[in-house]
Amino acid sequence: MKTDIILAGVGGQGILSIATILGAAALRDDLYLKQAEVHGMSQRGGDVMSCLRISSTPIASDLIPTGAADLIVSLEPMESLRYVQFLSPTGWIVSNTVPFVNIPDYPAINDVINELERRDNVIAFDMDATAKEVATQRSSNMVLLGAASTLIDIPTEKIENGIRTIFAAKGEKMVESNLAAFRAGRLRAQHREQ
Amino acid sequence: MTMKTKKLLLGDEALALGAINAGLSGAYAYPGTPSTEILEFVQCNDVAKSRGIHSHWSSNEKTALEEALGMSFCGKRAIVSMKHVGLNVAADPFVNSAMTGAHGGLLVISADDPSMHSSQNEQDSRFYASFAMMPALEPSSQQEAYDMGTYGFSLSEELHLPVMIRMVTRLAHSRAVVETDENPENENELAYPANPRQWVLMPGNSRVRYRELIAQQADLERLSEESKFNRFQEGSNRRIGILVSGIAYNYVNECFPDGCPFPLLKISQYPLPRNMVAKLADSCDMVLVVEEGQPVIERGLRGLLDRGVSVRGKLDGTLPSSGELNPDNVAAAIAALVPDMKKQLLKASPEPAKIVAPRPPALCQGCGHRDVYAALNAALEEFPSPKVFGDIGCYTLGWLAPYNAIDTCVDMGASITMAKGAADAGQHPSVAIIGDSTFTHSGMTGLLDAINENTPMTVIISDNLTTGMTGGQESQGTGKIEEICLGLGVSPEHLMTIDSLPRNHAEMKTLFQQEFSYKGLSVIVSRRECIQTARRHAKK
Repeated sequence: MKTDIILAGVGGQGILSIATILGAAALRDDLYLKQAEVHGMSQRGGDVMSCLRISSTPIASDLIPTGAADLIVSLEPMESLRYVQFLSPTGWIVSNTVPFVNIPDYPAINDVINELERRDNVIAFDMDATAKEVATQRSSNMVLLGAASTLIDIPTEKIENGIRTIFAAKGEKMVESNLAAFRAGRLRAQHREQ
Repeated sequence: MTMKTKKLLLGDEALALGAINAGLSGAYAYPGTPSTEILEFVQCNDVAKSRGIHSHWSSNEKTALEEALGMSFCGKRAIVSMKHVGLNVAADPFVNSAMTGAHGGLLVISADDPSMHSSQNEQDSRFYASFAMMPALEPSSQQEAYDMGTYGFSLSEELHLPVMIRMVTRLAHSRAVVETDENPENENELAYPANPRQWVLMPGNSRVRYRELIAQQADLERLSEESKFNRFQEGSNRRIGILVSGIAYNYVNECFPDGCPFPLLKISQYPLPRNMVAKLADSCDMVLVVEEGQPVIERGLRGLLDRGVSVRGKLDGTLPSSGELNPDNVAAAIAALVPDMKKQLLKASPEPAKIVAPRPPALCQGCGHRDVYAALNAALEEFPSPKVFGDIGCYTLGWLAPYNAIDTCVDMGASITMAKGAADAGQHPSVAIIGDSTFTHSGMTGLLDAINENTPMTVIISDNLTTGMTGGQESQGTGKIEEICLGLGVSPEHLMTIDSLPRNHAEMKTLFQQEFSYKGLSVIVSRRECIQTARRHAKK
């Protein structure tokens, strides 16, 4: 298997925990992995992007070439569009539709959603709402991971184990609520595909 | 057989773990993107903790390097890590550490930031290694970064020289699976250099030592020829040969999933192995040099006259001369030289979405720097041409809207010294704004200049009790800022402290105005804990 994922969001939203969980799962599955992160100045409320490459054979570049990503996974709708040039012709966009408005010239949200939904292969919904239904809004990144997991060839239980590992230190309740968010996101995406 | 464990590590972390497993005794550093995670890893590592390996932050890169050199003098293995511009600060001990040489293994890790993700420039640390006549290692992968811990220390102790390890952002901050050793080596025992003379760099000793260092260069080159990190790969297509260094190796490989068809020389150890380079040049019509950062290798190959082998790279525009490399611009460069491979190398990609607006970084909501800038702007309104000299840290973001509050940002500590020069030139008001960590890094000495002349200027130390931009490392002046100022000689009547909070806006504004009207040096410490570290402390 080989999956190239662009993780996108705004600094501080928590895209890196998605990368950490998939990383733990990939390591357990004896897969190769490369994940380029952004640290430093851009983390202060700016756009952040991480390249996550998972493969059963060795991976050369830490960065994904343009036109090659299998997935754009984004916590924010405009941020998902920032990286469309990386998407392969068969690639998917999985995105939250709730805008993060911290700039004065953020475009009209309807235009952003229309631009997103006119593309082929898109799974986009209000992940904050789904997270709130089953856990808390803070778990929207786990809803996103759940939705994206339907397109990633790693066994679901291994990703769930990754979630358990990452949140174990914060207590069983935290583990369960993040698992619930993950499953709700997964269900929603599966439902949408049919 | 030794046991290996697979771990998922950042390049920075792999390097730190490699050093720990090779018997590290001390890690020294000042935080700086993309190097910060090296010392942070040592601070959290169980072996390092149980052995009491030194891992406290230093005041700046110069003090860090000298501390590491002192440990090496005593025969123990030390690393010192910094970002590329930090090496400018540490340049004096760096260059002179090649003169003293190393006793215990000494690795100087300098992390470059091509594309300037979080830096002022794209300077290439490899120039420094060649300038100091020191060997340098440039890992191409997280695994090599790990392996260079053991290898680097051995090389350093074999040559009795410090060894530079050059990192770049995309390796420092990229995670991969690394095979690591189970049982860390023992630390070195305390022992002193066999030749104590060369550690006293008086002219008489230095002249002797410099001749030795020059004579040693042949050994350095021989070790590069023999290095397991430098590799020549045959290729059947001889239209071009590729000379590739460090992380750029991965981008070339990304272009050729079934293997590179061209002869290729991969470099991860310097000085350049001349015989290997000659072998590559003899096996192809033209050499493409692919290196991250500035064209260090390419310049060496071309020389001044550039009349020998046909060399392509950054100097002739085959590759972009600024910004980092990536699989796309490397593929485009190869396709430009071998046009019939265009179809194979260049893939169509979707058009960028036009609707996307830029989202620059900004000061956090609830950050005290915001309150300082709001009050400062209000206080400066009455002046026709106030000048505010900024510095390096989160508060550099005060240049952006809505504050547009600073006029300069140059290097660590330059706010105070430039404000002084401007005041000397007749500028009023002349204001410096500097963070607490930057102040103890390089602001204190400049402040002494202003104190000694009672320069009419105002220094604002925006103290957030941490090194904020790099993620909240402890700041060396915390709890001591006022004492430091008084100790240096700031007049107690013109040393003020205020909490930078929205409710103190009017009071801050008045305080600033009052000190602008004083025709001498004032220091105002505006204090509020960084919102990011405050949140972390609240969770504990």
